[in-house]
Amino acid sequence: MNIERASNLILRNVRIVDPLSGVDKITSIHIVDGSIKAIGSSLSAAKGAVVRECEGMVAAPGFFDMHVHLREPGFEHKETVETGCMSAAAGGFTGVSCMPNTNPAIDDESVVRMIRAKARDAVGGLVDVHPIAAVSLGRKGERLAPLAELAAAGAVAFTDDGDPVHDAEIMRRALEYASMFNKPIIQHAQDMPMTRGGVMNEGFCSTELGLPGMPGAAEDVVIARDITLSGYTGGQYHVAHMSTGGAVELIRMAKSRGLRVTCEVTPHHFVLTDDAVRTFDTNTKMNPPLRSADDVAAILAGLKDGTIDVIATDHAPHSYDEKQVEYQAAPFGIIGLETAIGLTMTALVHKKVITIERMVQLLSVNPRAILHLPEIRVTEGSMANLTLFHPDEQWVVDPSRFYSRSRNTPFGGSSLKGRPVGAINNGVVFFHPHSAAS
Amino acid sequence: MKLKSRHLLGLRGMPPEDIRLILDTAGSFREVLDRPIKKVPPLQGKTIANMFFENSTRTRLSFELAERRLSADVLGFQSGGSSVSKGESLKDTARNIEAMKVDMVVMRHWASGAPHYLSGVIEAAVINAGDGAHEHPTQALLDLFTIQEKFKKVEGLHICLVGDILHSRVARSNIYGLKSLGAKVSVCGPATMIPRGLEQLGVDVYHHLDDVIPSVDVLNVLRIQLERDAGRFFPSLREYHQTYGVTLRRLSRAERPVTIMHPGPINRDVELSADVADGEHSVILRQVLNGVAVRMAVLYLLATGN
Amino acid sequence: MRALKGTIMDEQSMDRTVTRLAHEILEHNKGASNIVIVGIRTRGEFLARRIVEKIRKVEGVAPDLGFLDITLYRDDLHGKLEQPEMKGTDILFDISGKDLVIVDDVLYTGRTIRAALDGLVALGRPHSIQLAVLVDRGHRQLPIKADYVGKNVATAASESIRVHLNEVDGEDSVLLMHPDSDERGSAQ
Repeated sequence: MNIERASNLILRNVRIVDPLSGVDKITSIHIVDGSIKAIGSSLSAAKGAVVRECEGMVAAPGFFDMHVHLREPGFEHKETVETGCMSAAAGGFTGVSCMPNTNPAIDDESVVRMIRAKARDAVGGLVDVHPIAAVSLGRKGERLAPLAELAAAGAVAFTDDGDPVHDAEIMRRALEYASMFNKPIIQHAQDMPMTRGGVMNEGFCSTELGLPGMPGAAEDVVIARDITLSGYTGGQYHVAHMSTGGAVELIRMAKSRGLRVTCEVTPHHFVLTDDAVRTFDTNTKMNPPLRSADDVAAILAGLKDGTIDVIATDHAPHSYDEKQVEYQAAPFGIIGLETAIGLTMTALVHKKVITIERMVQLLSVNPRAILHLPEIRVTEGSMANLTLFHPDEQWVVDPSRFYSRSRNTPFGGSSLKGRPVGAINNGVVFFHPHSAAS
Repeated sequence: MKLKSRHLLGLRGMPPEDIRLILDTAGSFREVLDRPIKKVPPLQGKTIANMFFENSTRTRLSFELAERRLSADVLGFQSGGSSVSKGESLKDTARNIEAMKVDMVVMRHWASGAPHYLSGVIEAAVINAGDGAHEHPTQALLDLFTIQEKFKKVEGLHICLVGDILHSRVARSNIYGLKSLGAKVSVCGPATMIPRGLEQLGVDVYHHLDDVIPSVDVLNVLRIQLERDAGRFFPSLREYHQTYGVTLRRLSRAERPVTIMHPGPINRDVELSADVADGEHSVILRQVLNGVAVRMAVLYLLATGN
Repeated sequence: MRALKGTIMDEQSMDRTVTRLAHEILEHNKGASNIVIVGIRTRGEFLARRIVEKIRKVEGVAPDLGFLDITLYRDDLHGKLEQPEMKGTDILFDISGKDLVIVDDVLYTGRTIRAALDGLVALGRPHSIQLAVLVDRGHRQLPIKADYVGKNVATAASESIRVHLNEVDGEDSVLLMHPDSDERGSAQ
């Protein structure tokens, strides 16, 4: 991966979309030693500056994916901190949060420190990695993990993702305890007995395919309970990879009551329906599963009206062999970092569900706010933390060219409009070599 | 005449003329089964692998007999249990078998879609001998053949599938095949065992046998899996028999005789009382005989049509 | 359009030929008492029906009549473009110990008769198997010879013989065709 120092760089004729500063204009950005020295349309060619023509491109505060499985430690054959960071940079992300379902789980501060140290060495430190630690020891749902110690080591939130926090008592206490240091609890909402053996959404498709179903209601009942607990404790609660119309309705209601409740959706849950499973392609198998067309419509409505706060990918790498098995035997999950911008632009912005400004909020501003990370602005004097993408570049997804160690995506061969071009952060810059624009 | 597909993976979407071709061809093979020498040579030199990733006695024997009657060379294995991959992936197993120059694979698998996956990774023709709760096309074809043999038609008849529809591949394939040939299809079973959206397949759903018996020509009674998550879908076998057991007393309410079918093996006095299973309107043993003819027809058509 | 080279039989001559074949069969077998007749589907079936009818007129009783579908016994099943349709075998009597006469329209390479012999052996053990054909056009590829021949016709391998029977084709005739003729009927 070709990383350069951002020592003296001009991005010329770029459209800055910075919702926090209320800026949306076409101008030029001069970056010196990793900081934004000047913004203006009349920047004269500074001495020794590398000038990149960016006509038609958008520069936004660096995108942040708050739901990524980096797989290290324990599953380095799927992904490592390094390859995950490469994949993030290639997808236009300057920061990610990684999930604790590693081996060992991120339930000990040493694991948090190890991941952060590896991230600083990866891709020249371009991608900020903020680990999310386990709620319970070993993610077993029985005893609380050392949340204070984990937070002190750098964990920005807690979740048992991969599995739900199933016990209402543990969830209640986690919300209470984490609120002392202002960290959210992130829930993988799934009622386990209701989904035992399930591999896809329960509905007409599962009936035809004879595959065991996971009803949407199994997601909703957990979220409904947790909203009650969040209200009762005042704890900050965030729903990971929300996938049902019922859940959108519950979050809308919780927000109208002023509760500290937020949620994220993945691109695959607003692009695909359970109809995609008819191919028995194991890259259509993820948890939560692809839902019905009605659920997708409700999620689009939630993205439009602001009920949904964040787009996160649930990037879940698995090796080729692990997915080359019977549908019921295959592991859940697909990768998403390198297709997120393309899918969001294609399915949301170009279809006029949301604006580019709202897209920047969903992919950058809101996830940082939920995790209480510093705000990123595209203003003179700020450190340059930028995502550069071309909203109109047409491209065909070719998984063999991904930077991720894994290839498990259902979008291979898809034609998308909108493509990441580059990422700038911590004094280094990456321009995607496959983008025509770079 | 030739089948549209080079595999038999399921009856969903199969053109009715293909179903009729198989049934007509099976008719010719039924005659072969009445001969003193029941072996014919059309698959001489062809090698067929029977890959059974789930325990099965009847279907496996029926296929094996059909293959041998057609003079094919037969090899096979059965690996019991429904556990996830034991060291060797399905793909590796399949490729190994293919390396032995097998012409056809007959596959039974506990996972829905496994034969579809297989058909995508090997060259040999694949016949689905039952995958998960998805499809069991040869069982449905032999059911159709048996109905046609008895009634001389399928169109316009009312067939009701009784029992655990949720987990039944036999039910799904029967629904597709029967609807394709113009039958009226109902299902009857506990609400916990009727899968979501089933009525979208154009079937009527009943929960009480007495409501459907007066209008049916055929009851196809499905096997209740005794080991199936006891207590999750129905409280007890006793209660199941009381509610869904097909008995002479229940059948006496029908105005015309009701033909009784069952894919086997029967749990006597659970889903079917013994006197009904062995009664004059039971065609259960005809199904077994016809199964060999139907499987010969499928094997013959796929082997010679490619 | 490819043309006719010559008419080998018309309606009258075919009827005379079938009558003669029936008489020869009776003469050779010393009556009809132990004879059974098996026609090879499709056109052999109708010739067999006619022969049985002739025998009935002479002897007063008709021998048992059956029909054989040789599809399963063909040696060219695999690799044919068009999958042959199975028409079914219909022999509802025991052939063991009988003098069985196979009836077919044209004897050519001998492969059809080879397949028929295989098919019959699966049904029982006749005392003898004999062969009656309407036309023998030569070009044998197997050591097979007919016992009763309606007419021997010298042909070139590239030519074809078309047998039309009233029951299937609406007329009775045997025609010799130039190469590549596409007229319908049984071409052998």
